[in-house]
Amino acid sequence: MELFLQQVVSGISTGAIYACMALAVVMIYQAIHHLNFAQGEMAMFSTYIAWQLMAWGLPWGLALPLAVILSFFGGFAIERIVFKPIQNAPVLSHIVIFIALFSIFNSLAGFIWDFTIKSVASPFGEGPFMGSTLLGKHQAGMIAVTLVMLAMLWAFFQFTRVGLAMRAAAANPESARLVGIRVETMTALGWGMASAIGAVAGILIAPVVFLEPNMMLSILLYGFAGAVLGGLTNPLGAVVGGFLVGIIENLAGTYLGDVGAELKLSIALALIIVVLVMKPEGLFGRKIVQRV
Amino acid sequence: MELMRTKLMAACAVLAISTTAAAAGTTVKIGSTNAYSGPASAYGQIGQTSAACFNWANDNKILGEDTIEFIPLDDGYSPPKTVEQTRKLVERDEVVLTFQQLGTPTNSAIHKYMNAKKVPHLFLATGASKWGDPENFPWTMGWQPPYPTEGEIYGKYLIANKPDAKVAILYQNDDYGKDYLNGFKKGLGDKADEMIVAETPYEVADPTVDSAIISFKSSGADTFFNIATPKFAAQAIRKADEIGWKPLHFLNSVSNSVGAVLKPAGLEASQDIISSGYLMDPTDPEWQDHPEFKDWLAFMDKYYPDGDKTSSFTVLGWASCQTMLDVLKRAEGDYSRDNIMEKAASIHELRVPLLLPGILIDTSPTDYYPIEAEQLMRFTGEGWERFGDIISAESE
Amino acid sequence: MTDIAHTDHRNPGLTAPAYRPADAPRRRLLSGGNIVTLLVLALLISIPIYSKGFFVFQMTQMLVYAIAVLGLNLLTGINGQFSLGHSAFYAIGAYTCAILVELGGVNYMLTIPIAGIVAFGFGFLFAFPALRLEGLYLALATFALAVATPQLLKLHAIEQWTGGVQGIVMFQDTFDVPVPFGLDMDPGVWTFYLTLFVFAVVYVLAMALVKSRTGRAMMAIRDNPIAARSMGISLPYYKATAFGVSALVTGIAGALNAIVIKFVAPDSFTFFFAILILVGMVIGGVGWLQGCLIGGLAMLYLPNIAEIFDNVVLWFAGLFGFADLLPSGNALQQQFIRLSGVIYGVILVLFIYVAPSGAGGLIRAIVSRVKRLTS
Repeated sequence: MELFLQQVVSGISTGAIYACMALAVVMIYQAIHHLNFAQGEMAMFSTYIAWQLMAWGLPWGLALPLAVILSFFGGFAIERIVFKPIQNAPVLSHIVIFIALFSIFNSLAGFIWDFTIKSVASPFGEGPFMGSTLLGKHQAGMIAVTLVMLAMLWAFFQFTRVGLAMRAAAANPESARLVGIRVETMTALGWGMASAIGAVAGILIAPVVFLEPNMMLSILLYGFAGAVLGGLTNPLGAVVGGFLVGIIENLAGTYLGDVGAELKLSIALALIIVVLVMKPEGLFGRKIVQRV
Repeated sequence: MELMRTKLMAACAVLAISTTAAAAGTTVKIGSTNAYSGPASAYGQIGQTSAACFNWANDNKILGEDTIEFIPLDDGYSPPKTVEQTRKLVERDEVVLTFQQLGTPTNSAIHKYMNAKKVPHLFLATGASKWGDPENFPWTMGWQPPYPTEGEIYGKYLIANKPDAKVAILYQNDDYGKDYLNGFKKGLGDKADEMIVAETPYEVADPTVDSAIISFKSSGADTFFNIATPKFAAQAIRKADEIGWKPLHFLNSVSNSVGAVLKPAGLEASQDIISSGYLMDPTDPEWQDHPEFKDWLAFMDKYYPDGDKTSSFTVLGWASCQTMLDVLKRAEGDYSRDNIMEKAASIHELRVPLLLPGILIDTSPTDYYPIEAEQLMRFTGEGWERFGDIISAESE
Repeated sequence: MTDIAHTDHRNPGLTAPAYRPADAPRRRLLSGGNIVTLLVLALLISIPIYSKGFFVFQMTQMLVYAIAVLGLNLLTGINGQFSLGHSAFYAIGAYTCAILVELGGVNYMLTIPIAGIVAFGFGFLFAFPALRLEGLYLALATFALAVATPQLLKLHAIEQWTGGVQGIVMFQDTFDVPVPFGLDMDPGVWTFYLTLFVFAVVYVLAMALVKSRTGRAMMAIRDNPIAARSMGISLPYYKATAFGVSALVTGIAGALNAIVIKFVAPDSFTFFFAILILVGMVIGGVGWLQGCLIGGLAMLYLPNIAEIFDNVVLWFAGLFGFADLLPSGNALQQQFIRLSGVIYGVILVLFIYVAPSGAGGLIRAIVSRVKRLTS
């Protein structure tokens, strides 16, 4: 029983990583109704920017917000420069562009900062959280930041004009345009916000897994799994989904023996497929109505 | 690469005009693949050092009038690309041999091909045990100490110094991890089952190995064998420290780089870790005045100024290139594949620069493991301190 | 296609607006298309005559990739379903071939259709959960399949058949494919002709399928699933069949790959390969089956893009006389190789700008412009 509890708590602390990423995934889905396969690499690149700023001597209190702001404008710019010219191209072209972005960011990060791991200091400090041996201060801080981000996002989409306009633009661009919403600006704004949230996720994740160009490769998949499990339309669901994936993965690794340890990632992937098939809207999502 | 060759040929042509009567020596074509792009591209420095080393050898007439043409290709550490590039080297460029190809999965993909084509496949930059199998693969030979040998050394050390240890093992779920695991169990002998209380594999795709470390602690283990590549090794070191687990920690030599692993993991957390080595550590003050070390520094300054002079990769590149040069020298102008393979399989107590003093290279038609000796070392302060004798496991 | 195509409601499918069904009118024996087909075929047949070993090997690879692209195109281009997971079916074909040849002692040529059938089975089964998914959801599910494939192949429990991480080496004794019928032919050349033959058969059958009733039904589903359903076309049946047939063709490519490389291992079938097939298809032209050869070429040369780019830059440098400004030796090439992912990505982006509907769209655009100029 003790091992069980330990692994659940440790699952929650890895789950915090996935929850963070899942939130970023849901954000971009809300804004453009796309899954961005390059999102992990963008977050990784943002994290390198933060790391570089700190390596230049900026305190983290300055470096992190700066990196997040830069990422916001970066995401905005990517939408303007790369996606706007092909907005009427078939969906597959968009996927190819995602692949291209993935490759560009990964290779560029390796070119500039090489592929050896870098340690990123945690803004919350090292050591155990309130004497617990299972949860570190960083993990606790990460969970807190994720929840705060979640609350802010919820308020943004629920109560602000821009947030409502963004939701309208994503859900029904034609009607939104008719009521005077600048759909294209909203899309770019969504990209910027997704990129900024990704940056926060990357900066929170890096102290746990070490910073290197491939750090997000599998985390993005777990993030997808979390987002799909909770529901792509529901930020709260995505966060819960992220935690659940972390716990499930840990328990499988512990109780299914070697097979479980070998198949950790495959279990998360199977989860994606099962949820998509059984309950595509996720545990907490809205049902998507087919438009004709 | 084609262009590099044409440039080289152009350079040769210019040379031929200026020195009209230059006795035309033979050109030995050597191919190689390495990860110059992608996640494993830090290893590319090994190949870069070798390329510089062959330039050095040509300039210094190590092979007399004969020259070496080195053709390194990029495979990005992807097995299908290794196949394509190696076939390009063998079938289009018609290299005499390939040298120092990087990686276990990549070399596995061409292992059989090289042997079917009877092309010497020499001094690979990987320590898997399968490269020393002359009976089935007479054309393939490794270079660095095989992983099982290193595992065995740790196992024997444990039997001698802490026979009642309770061991937890973390290993990468592939050839490399299993090689270490098997060697270690061999070193423990009959007591293996009794001593090992936990062994957990991880996959390269796992984000962290944290949960394995947590269950190790609760398993009551007091000894930890860390068979992981740099990123995961560093995660394990840091997590163990974070949760206050302080086992006797063995770290495989794959990840014992101070700069790339221990510093990111935290020097404080890395104290007293035991590992092993066979090359001089370029950051160790003990070697700074060693003549071999000074030669290497001079070479690096002139031929590979961009190279990292604190990395073990550039040391490895130089030492393994010197081994290759010795084989070519002893071939005495007969650069046929048979002769080169024969010479590679008859190295007798060769001293190669930058190996730890006392380590010699030995091969025979039945012994395809050139280096089989290592020395244990313990991490103290900011560097490794070697202790004990050179431990040799030269195959009987 | 609910929420993925909000950018363009006039054309909610996947293919470019310029798409013309394969069975458009004007069917003459010596139409322009037929002449081109014959020319390409003649060119392919003559490859071993004017080139040697390594190029023949590369062209064999290209044909294998072309078959894989064709397979994916049947699913995506003809039936409108996404897949980022075709490396899984490719791997199934390759492992079926390797296991049958090495453990079962089956003749390697026989394993090609068997691999296709096995892959068909897996594809058909996978289609049932996939049926309920559309657009990006399907992309995600198949992507998950592609990522899981290498891990499943490494699984300890099936190691005795798959060889685990080590994989399977084929034709252990000679490492040459046995040349049948007592033919006096280089094994590499024989493999090339075998691959070409399989390619031709698969291509002809695929074209026939597209023109058949089944093909029309598949395209109707792609263009307007709701209308198709109301016309009485069974969506599950045709979608699952499309998935199965697509997996079959890709599985055949996988089996040929095993025969050409003579080695199968989990690390050869990562999701990067699935993405490479997808990129090959998009470059060839989605929905334009003829583009598969262009897609195969792209798959062959894109991974070496840095070296090619280096050659092109040096060539231009020589042409315009700025060669002296470039770093000497292979320093420049080393930088390009380190940047190969960037070069690859930028070229993809530019390609999508220039030819959003692939080489097929580009060729059609050029042809129609030439026609307008000449008439």
